[in-house]
Amino acid sequence: MAVMFVLLPVALLFAAAAVVVFLWAVHAGQFDDLDTPPLRILVEDDGDGMPPPPAGRA
Amino acid sequence: MASTETAPTVGPAGGASALPSAACAHCGLPVPTGRARVSGERAFCCEGCRTVHALLHEYGLERYYALRAAGAAAPAPVRPRDRTHAELDDPSVRARIGGPLPGGLESAELYLEGVHCAACVWLVERLPRLVPGVVEARLDLGRSRATVVWDPALAALSGIARALDTLGYAPHPARGRLEQDARRREERAMLARIGLAGAVAANVMAIAFALYGGLLHGMEPEFAAFFRWLSLGLTVPSFVWGGGVFFAGAWSALRRGLLHMDVPISVGLGAGFVHGALATVRGTGDVYFETITTLIFLLLSGRYLLRRQHRAAADATELLASLTPSAARRLEAGGVREVPLDALVPGDRVEVRAGEVVPADGWVCLGRSALDLALLSGESRPVVVAPGDPVHAGTVNVSARLEVTVERTGDETRVGRLVRLVDEQARRRAPIALVADRLSGVFVAVVLALAAVTVSLWWTTDRERAVAHAVALLIVTCPCALALATPLAVSAAIGRAARAGILVKGADVMERLARPGRMWLDKTGTLTTGRPALVSWWGDPAARPLVAAVEAHSAHPVARALVTALGPDLGAATTVTEEMGGGVEGHVAGRRVLVGSPRFVADRGARVAPVVVGEITRLVEGGITAVVVAVDGEAVAVAGLGDELRPDATSAVARIRAHGWRVGILSGDDPRVVTAVGRSLGLEAALCRGMMSPEDKVHVIRSGAAQGAVVMVGDGVNDAAALAAATVGVGVHGGAEAVLAAADVYVARPGVAAVAELLDGAERTLRVIRRNLALSLGYNAVAVTLAMGGHLDPVVAAILMPLSSVTVIASSFRARTFREPTAAHRADGSPRSARWR
Repeated sequence: MAVMFVLLPVALLFAAAAVVVFLWAVHAGQFDDLDTPPLRILVEDDGDGMPPPPAGRA
Repeated sequence: MASTETAPTVGPAGGASALPSAACAHCGLPVPTGRARVSGERAFCCEGCRTVHALLHEYGLERYYALRAAGAAAPAPVRPRDRTHAELDDPSVRARIGGPLPGGLESAELYLEGVHCAACVWLVERLPRLVPGVVEARLDLGRSRATVVWDPALAALSGIARALDTLGYAPHPARGRLEQDARRREERAMLARIGLAGAVAANVMAIAFALYGGLLHGMEPEFAAFFRWLSLGLTVPSFVWGGGVFFAGAWSALRRGLLHMDVPISVGLGAGFVHGALATVRGTGDVYFETITTLIFLLLSGRYLLRRQHRAAADATELLASLTPSAARRLEAGGVREVPLDALVPGDRVEVRAGEVVPADGWVCLGRSALDLALLSGESRPVVVAPGDPVHAGTVNVSARLEVTVERTGDETRVGRLVRLVDEQARRRAPIALVADRLSGVFVAVVLALAAVTVSLWWTTDRERAVAHAVALLIVTCPCALALATPLAVSAAIGRAARAGILVKGADVMERLARPGRMWLDKTGTLTTGRPALVSWWGDPAARPLVAAVEAHSAHPVARALVTALGPDLGAATTVTEEMGGGVEGHVAGRRVLVGSPRFVADRGARVAPVVVGEITRLVEGGITAVVVAVDGEAVAVAGLGDELRPDATSAVARIRAHGWRVGILSGDDPRVVTAVGRSLGLEAALCRGMMSPEDKVHVIRSGAAQGAVVMVGDGVNDAAALAAATVGVGVHGGAEAVLAAADVYVARPGVAAVAELLDGAERTLRVIRRNLALSLGYNAVAVTLAMGGHLDPVVAAILMPLSSVTVIASSFRARTFREPTAAHRADGSPRSARWR
């Protein structure tokens, strides 16, 4: 069971990494505007080679 | 009223094409003849509409049209403004709204009017395709701001602004960037705290499970100690950084001699942390780290939710400032030059073309035209002006070119003073004590007293346990559920209200509406449609088709109303002439027909019998516009035109009154009209006030504020200051964007029915708040009993605390505070509505 003394800190390091990534995302402004991006995906990107929308999409 | 009676052609299409043809399949506006874009069976008014329609169709998003139909009447026509936006190229302006980027590019933030939906996002972000040199355009829909990045070598900001203008999104330099940035930083910091607190809470909880397993099955002491130290280490950042918010709040409240929710929270968190830390160091006693960290996470989340609802409130004045143009066309010796508004001085002469907004206060020195004064008076009927008449900044020149001598500019103008008034009223409004905060004072006292009782009860038996039990009591009564009760109920309700087309801006609105008081409604646009409609007809019915035939040639609102009511037009009229401010003359089947004001008909030589004069007088005294019809030189009929009540106004006002509100009308219109409208709604005559200036409205609102809640419902800029001064200001659909900013609630549907729904919803929300408070106090009572009896160990606390919060969360989000619009129509007045009560 002594492996606990190693495993637990390692697990917490993973958690810390996740928190760091989250903090980065917050400070990069990823959560500033939660209204517009969900609408933006409704529109295809620019480009003339735009594939036709698949049939039956609702 | 004679001067407001008739004005020349209004609207996007004039002359021969005035007859409404097909409506655009996308935007619903009439398709101008010769400019139609036809695709299949549908007609479109412009390329943009056709593209957007095709796109929506292609992706199976036609539901958009159904949703829109549920929400609104025909949208207002886009008013293209013939502006060069040259002031945006000024370096000082550019420095204020943006700056250079690496790679020689520049960026700027623009506030756009009228962005609403996915199509707007698409259109604005297509800017790089429309204007060469634009690298990127990003729209933030929530704040109506577009960030544009462009190459200064290839494009100028003024050109970009003109392109946006043609798209129908009038751009303005974004103001208040510093405050925006500060708010954004604050929101990010809160979110970061929540992230950390959440991660800590989850991990501490996982470790706590191991410890509880140890309690049941035994655990080697070195493991127990290791887990406890680890928990303590994890708790410290959450406690200091996340919990710091509450300690700071509690400290500032105590320094001002106040008690609010932060005080009991801080006591609970502090007691739990200190006790747990001591127990860990000494290696004996209970720890409550998982409870503390979960509390911090939940409390921060609740506060963030509440905070997000507040965001737009500070932008009111910015929007009002956008009411006046940012540049003016000055007449100089060498011709006409466009100058920034700041450069105008009293004495300058400026040109105001048809469709433009008057840039400053002054008087007309050349030209005759009609002005739309809706901004200042709330009345949408154009008023005729001639040389010598005063004009005000912010009013719209409807028909012909005017030259205006400037008298006052900027803040000194009438609209400038109105902006200041809005600001002042918004600041003077007293904050209200929220239910939860009022409770917290009592709460702190009771909890501290109970803790003291616990210590004294156990002191004689076991001193160590006396302190432990008291600490357990403080932690478990830490009012997490209590602090979440209001924010969750309110933010869930605000979310539901938004889906029903009612946008609530402040979290305190629901509680402000708790006790019924006085409600003042604006008339034009709120209770009535704001368009004239035929309300009475006296005289020969045979004249009706003649009137329709002649009036079909005029685009004036009165003419349109007559054609709608008396039509169809058989197309038989010939030699039709129109006199501005008078009426129409024409020949139908060989008979000479005159339709217009009494003066116009008399001037053209028609005989007006005394009985007709009597009828005219009767109408005018009732506040109704009289239109006289003369056939072959003899007045034969009188049509009464009034502002038509909205179909749902009567039932909605009855519903509002059923809530216990005293309803009145505040209008800038003629008192007789106001009284007539009030009478048809069954309102007391004393509460129907006409001829109210914006300042009068504020005065009425403020003088009533001492007796309780005063709600103002309005749609015009002339109501903005009154909206800001009221306990709750409700802006109604169709009004200027500035109203949206000054109001606490914005109703995205026309009419007052939504106001009645708002009251219903607020009442239900308050019931949810009270239920939440009762639930959380119930949990606390159970916990206190356990703690005082010495039966509360950390396991029970760890179960009880989240359980009470989960109950409150479920209770908030399950509550049907506001109904979706589809259900709203069905449930109106039906027995179903009783179910939600």
